[in-house]
Amino acid sequence: MDLGLVAQYTMNGLMLGMMYALVAVGFTLFFGVLDVIKFSHGDVLTVGAFTALASFIGLQSIGLTSDAVELLAMLVAALGAMALLGAFIARAFILPLRSAPALNTLLITLMLGTVLREAVRLFYPDGANPKPFPRLLPADSINIGNFNLRLDNAILLTAGALVIVGLQFLLNRTKLGLAIRAVAQDEETAKTMGVNFNAIVLITFAIGSALAAFAGLMNGLYYNEINFGIGLYLGVVGFSAAIIGGLGSIYGAILGGFLFAGLQTIGAVALPFASAYKDVFAFAVVIALMAWRPTGLIPEKLSERV
Amino acid sequence: MNRFLSLAAAFICAGALGVTGGVSSSHAKEKIRVGFIGPLTGGTSANGLGGRNSADLAVRLRNADAEAKYEYEMVALDDECKPNVGVQQATKLATDKEIIAAATHYCSAVAIATVDVYHKFGLPVIVWGAVLPDITYRNKYAEVHRVNGTMINQNERNAELSSSLGYKTFAVIHDTTDYGKGHNKYFSEALAKHGGKIVGTFGVTSDQQDFSAELTQIKSLNPQAIYFGGLTPIGVRIRGQMDKLGLNTVLFDGTSGIKSDSYIDGLGKLAEGSLSFIEGAPTERLPGGKFFLEKYNDQNYPNPPEAYGGFAFAAMNLILDTIEQVGPDRKKVQATLNKVKDRDSIVGKITFDDHGQNTVALITAFVVQDGKWVVWEDSEYASGKRKLPGQK
Repeated sequence: MDLGLVAQYTMNGLMLGMMYALVAVGFTLFFGVLDVIKFSHGDVLTVGAFTALASFIGLQSIGLTSDAVELLAMLVAALGAMALLGAFIARAFILPLRSAPALNTLLITLMLGTVLREAVRLFYPDGANPKPFPRLLPADSINIGNFNLRLDNAILLTAGALVIVGLQFLLNRTKLGLAIRAVAQDEETAKTMGVNFNAIVLITFAIGSALAAFAGLMNGLYYNEINFGIGLYLGVVGFSAAIIGGLGSIYGAILGGFLFAGLQTIGAVALPFASAYKDVFAFAVVIALMAWRPTGLIPEKLSERV
Repeated sequence: MNRFLSLAAAFICAGALGVTGGVSSSHAKEKIRVGFIGPLTGGTSANGLGGRNSADLAVRLRNADAEAKYEYEMVALDDECKPNVGVQQATKLATDKEIIAAATHYCSAVAIATVDVYHKFGLPVIVWGAVLPDITYRNKYAEVHRVNGTMINQNERNAELSSSLGYKTFAVIHDTTDYGKGHNKYFSEALAKHGGKIVGTFGVTSDQQDFSAELTQIKSLNPQAIYFGGLTPIGVRIRGQMDKLGLNTVLFDGTSGIKSDSYIDGLGKLAEGSLSFIEGAPTERLPGGKFFLEKYNDQNYPNPPEAYGGFAFAAMNLILDTIEQVGPDRKKVQATLNKVKDRDSIVGKITFDDHGQNTVALITAFVVQDGKWVVWEDSEYASGKRKLPGQK
């Protein structure tokens, strides 16, 4: 195969993988600190993307046209609003159900996701139709044979990588990170050591949801189109990526995200059957991997939780 | 006792009023219920709402007509363009014996899934937008009719026009529903007749978000055009992602599934030069198009009638005409609909064949020019003033 094409597939796969990884990291964070699966995570991503779009339209209506300022404002609005929404979800729905069976939390977040998704569809103006997302990043591109490297893609990929590195730094090098890891390791001991358990849970959910908002914004800027259904699919893929990587491990989530994107790309390109089966192929491989390594590729015992 | 008498008097008065009311209401028209189903929410809701409003307009105009024998009420249900939801909604309408007939479905995948329901429960329906031939031709159900044409004709016109413009190599992307698969089949057959070549065919799911792998493969196959058999939401995504991969000198050759204002709204400038084909003439040029659009605008509906609004209006009008003619009886309505021949409507003469299919020979090609769907023959692309992507 042509090297340019291989480079193009790799770039496409990396972009997809970065989005999947960001969503998967959220799932892993929530599971790490509280042992819960928050199924509304993908829909928080959708609401984040729509919040960014609404902020852009708001800024346009007051006559602001600077791309950089608009982008910054969209980032702040989406991340801020979703951090608050994430903390609210934890406070109102997840913490009160701590002593209930895990299935209850799973169900309530699943239903909450539907409420969020349907709310976007019904209450965002014309929310059922695909929405154009502004092109705010420079669209210059370099063509090397069959490889088309776009500057906006490179920026998004770098930004995604920086966010993940930043999260690692936060978790491993700051006092807040230490508290989050302490809660994740042993809730009771962390409490006796003076860690405010509830506050740490809320902050963790805020961080995870802000990551989803970032992935939503990235999705919008990459495809220049968003719709109310984007989070549903990304949620399923992100969850699978987190599981296959090893739920509870951030490196596992990142690995799972890129692995899933790689499998989809291989499914669409290298297999003799139609690309319609690429998801079937990717999920089938995930099932096989789960049978081989039930606790994920990087199981908890090999890695520190969160 | 006085109190008892006054209460009794009040009851007698109330009774008398009731009787009077009853007498006066016997002069009121009998209320007849008819149905409508389309995608009122979801990615194709622009077309669904346009169809719903158009059918509603037919009912309103009939209710405003002093000579109408009955008063009509339209029950509009949402199939979300999903077969499983559509079957539930179809069952809901068909099992409600008060519903005499219905105008149903924009999405082919839904329409083909529901025909058995209408047949089983004996509800006469007229399809107003779905184009898959199998809806009328797979079975010979007396209950199922269709006012709009099928995708066979539009794909023949598509292959003919694009070939005549010099496009010989095509990559096909179609969704894997019956609708997308049908388009792939009929376009491939029609293109072969015109000497065109399909360099690659890609089936994609109707909710797929990322097409970069398929488009990168298509890029390496170097086709002159991408034929797309699917609906607006993924049409918007594919055209947008073509731009991301530098596929801007490739024609985006669509079907009736993208003939919607929301396709242009979703893409902005990137929609320029996209092709689409629908059955019949554009609404404003239909025999009753001017009348229809005037009346539609009078109602101040928040959404435009879209490409198939005229057909929804014609379908509902035909249902109301038939009920006026034979009364509110499903069997009689069905029998009369099966005999419809050369009936005037705003979409032209309607004649149902033995499968309930109206023959719509005319297909109109559209191209996006300056942010609007323009009839091909009227466009600057047809006159040679502008060139389509990749056109020599």
